[in-house]
Amino acid sequence: MAKTNGTKANGAKPIGARRDRPTRDDRTYDAIVVGAGHNGMTNAAYLARAGLRTLVLERRGNVGGAAITEELRPGFWFTTFSYALSLLRPDIIHELELVKHGFMPILMPSTFCPKEDGDYLLLGQDHGENHKEIERHSKHDADAYDAFNHDITKVLQAIKPLMDEAPPDFWSDDPEELIRLAAMGSRFRHLDRKVLHDAIRLLTGSAADFLDDYFESDILKGYMASSAIIGTRVGPYSQGSGLVLLYHLLGEHDGEFGAWAFHKQGNGGFTKVLARAAQSLGVEIKLESPVDHVITRDGRATGVALRDGAEYQAPIVVSALDPRRTFLELVDPRELPVDLVDEIQRFRFQGTSAKVNFALDGVPRYPALGDRTDQYRGFTNIGPSMEYLERAFDDAKYGWYSKRPYLDCAIQSTVDPDMAPPGKAVWSSFVQYAPYELRESDWDTERERLGDTVQATIESFFPGFGSLVLQREVRTPLDIERTVGLSEGNIFAGEFLAPQMWFMRPAIGWANYRTPIEGYYQCGSGTHPGGCVMGAPGKLAAQAVLKDRERGRLRGVSVGARAGNGTGSAAAPAAAGS
Amino acid sequence: MIRTTPFHERTSALNETGLWEHWSNSLVAQRYQMSEKFEYFAIRNAAGMFDTSPLYKYRIAGPDAERFLGGVLARDPHKLAVGHAHYTLWCDDRGFVIEDGVLLHVADDEYLLTAAEPNLAYFEGLTGRLDVSVEDVTEDWGILSVQGPYARDLLAAVAPVTEDLGYFGVTRTEVAGVPVLVSRTGYTGDLGYEIWTPAADALRVWDAVAAAGAGRGVIPFGMTALYMARIEAGLVLLDVDFHSSRFAWTDADRTTPIELGLGWMFRDLAPVDAGNGSGGNGAAAAGRNGHDDRGGRAFIGGEAIKTELREKTSRWQLTGLVVDWRDYDRIYDAAGLIPPKDHTPIQDEYYIYDDALNQLGYATSQMYSPMLQRHIALARVPLALTAPGSKVKLELPVAHRYEYFDAHVTRPPLFNPQRRTA
Repeated sequence: MAKTNGTKANGAKPIGARRDRPTRDDRTYDAIVVGAGHNGMTNAAYLARAGLRTLVLERRGNVGGAAITEELRPGFWFTTFSYALSLLRPDIIHELELVKHGFMPILMPSTFCPKEDGDYLLLGQDHGENHKEIERHSKHDADAYDAFNHDITKVLQAIKPLMDEAPPDFWSDDPEELIRLAAMGSRFRHLDRKVLHDAIRLLTGSAADFLDDYFESDILKGYMASSAIIGTRVGPYSQGSGLVLLYHLLGEHDGEFGAWAFHKQGNGGFTKVLARAAQSLGVEIKLESPVDHVITRDGRATGVALRDGAEYQAPIVVSALDPRRTFLELVDPRELPVDLVDEIQRFRFQGTSAKVNFALDGVPRYPALGDRTDQYRGFTNIGPSMEYLERAFDDAKYGWYSKRPYLDCAIQSTVDPDMAPPGKAVWSSFVQYAPYELRESDWDTERERLGDTVQATIESFFPGFGSLVLQREVRTPLDIERTVGLSEGNIFAGEFLAPQMWFMRPAIGWANYRTPIEGYYQCGSGTHPGGCVMGAPGKLAAQAVLKDRERGRLRGVSVGARAGNGTGSAAAPAAAGS
Repeated sequence: MIRTTPFHERTSALNETGLWEHWSNSLVAQRYQMSEKFEYFAIRNAAGMFDTSPLYKYRIAGPDAERFLGGVLARDPHKLAVGHAHYTLWCDDRGFVIEDGVLLHVADDEYLLTAAEPNLAYFEGLTGRLDVSVEDVTEDWGILSVQGPYARDLLAAVAPVTEDLGYFGVTRTEVAGVPVLVSRTGYTGDLGYEIWTPAADALRVWDAVAAAGAGRGVIPFGMTALYMARIEAGLVLLDVDFHSSRFAWTDADRTTPIELGLGWMFRDLAPVDAGNGSGGNGAAAAGRNGHDDRGGRAFIGGEAIKTELREKTSRWQLTGLVVDWRDYDRIYDAAGLIPPKDHTPIQDEYYIYDDALNQLGYATSQMYSPMLQRHIALARVPLALTAPGSKVKLELPVAHRYEYFDAHVTRPPLFNPQRRTA
């Protein structure tokens, strides 16, 4: 492993503080990654680890993309967008030695689900206590909960390997790919039939249908179904919500599926750890360096040009941006096959989530729990029934935000006390639904009204909440797009719909992190396996880059291959790195 | 009849689980909350309060106190000025460890010493004609341990004089009007303090510390979280990582301090050319002789330890192990199981092998460390394998049969934040 001389210098200076006028040599790298979100930095770290002199260019003044933590009020730290950790691949933690750089996922030990009638469901770490708590709502559901967890964990065990490998290329003639396909096929053939059927039911059906098979209690179903709608324009009764449920349960904390952690200082704390790890491997990160376009010559990438005209050269350019920006903005679509451009234009974003964050004067009380506050150590899930969630979705179907939104809340200062001054609190609420496109209005008009709607919803469950609010921050899908650059504010860089997943993410034939432009790669959440702070796209894309290098040649693309690729026919072998 | 500690009125109100352990016939919480892992994170990320009162406590006083301790304890008390404490141990005359504890030099001719088990008869039997008294003061004191990154702030809030207290420093001060002793010590490997309070006033001290921590995520933690922290910190536990030589049946159950990885205690005894076999830094030993003008301190077991250092006769050494995460997942995956990452400390023997499955040694404590994101262990390995990175295999049952997990040797402490000593 080669460590470049960038290591020490970067460690000693603030990121992006390099002021020396760069010489020509300073502008030539082995690889350039566009975007310092968590996938961009993961990708760069793996490239640097393999000995490549790697530069990350970031438009904003901070690393992290959508995973940032900001001190909006002295002593109050907000997880502006992304707010918890679960899907991060464990191999990345180890391979990039993140622990050495401060990686610290703190267990969120409970889930609190208030009900509209003042009751609640509070689940924690004790199996027996959870049984009794569920029995308060339905005696039937206590062991049904175990059965559900057992069945779903088998599905998760079966599909988890897919998260850690590049999607298959079914049209490839590459022997290596054929062997991989055969192994994958064999794995599925050996699956228990029920497990396979459950998996397909979840991947194609609705969360409601699946949950109804197990449970009768509204509060339990509401809680479970909440994971089935996050970030996606579906309701729990929509076909396709099962996939979103499954995806969120795939996360793990210390080996436990479906468990979530709060990273020290939030996900912004995590991306700072990742930046340190990348820098220690030699990655150079330049902030406030917006890339205007990828420079291509004769169908291959040769570098990037910044908006200020500055140019950096590299034979490898990796876009960590979403598919729309990767294919339609950073390069000239005329350089791409028409079918691919068409498919990317049809790729669904339609962000549907917002964030409302609060600085609080103290921890709110829940009337039924008196002075207790330990219920807030995990998520507070305001989605008391599937019907509540579906009605919230109804508003969004017709172009408006929910009158009674689903809220995934967390008082993060109860898990990491450094997030707020002593005795104070920060409350993060993920809000759904808030469609990117509003009918006959716009988000600049509706922003604070959305904040009011969210606050009123919280107030209805936590009387007196409003009197604790010191400051409120509303981040609509438009704000997510403007600030982070995620098209239409989609938190996953592209919706989680079956036709946009796996070997179809972001487009059939181009799911292997390569593009039709030689030397130009994609590593954002718009590639497999998708969104959440996971890092897998970044890592898998790095593997694709390194494999191409290892093979001693970068992929060549003929005009014929381009034309054929979009049809999904025999020309796609080019995509397999042949 | 089980007893309670001076803090019991508070700890029993806070213990939501009803789970208690019997520690020297006193009730101490196993965990206060359903999640001991949350308590553990309080130690590592905020601060935790721990009732360590059941420890045996001895007051050693008199004009010959230092002489007495110099002959009994393995570390030289002559070097311990008033207002300082150190971790020490006592050996039998063959250089095998009897027990360990913390010695606090609280005044001229007055010390306090902690111990896990009763040792009064042993100590009294060694006073001879010295002008020294050894008194069991266990019941006189409650000890409240405050451990974690916020510990300095909390202590400074209740006893400002402690703010500048150095690592292993001791001071007399007051908390909530109660005269107390505060030492910057603990059993977690983190920044931490222990407050010795007269038993009768213990609740006032607890309340003052709890009030200082209110709204800051400061919670009490139980034995399980303590064990998690101590394994990460590489701190040994009696009857787990070693046994008292007084009550061991065979030498296989006895251990020397050097074998226990505590060779650094004897830098002043080590021959100048002693390598690193002791686990300490032999090179640093030069020029640090004790007060004995014959060139060596005279304490029980000292001659044997010198011989062990000189002739390198240690049989093995306690060291850290880190299990290979990839191998761990691979073995469980192959068995059709989800690889468990269970933080619950396993304080039991598991065997260590070479590639040909010849037994090399054994692990005495192990767990999955949430901070390190690895399965870790404390283990006795042959001297040839003490170099960090040495490969061994750890035997663990998986699906009702033994499997052999790749692991490598590392030097404890496995977790050692700068704040601990800063």
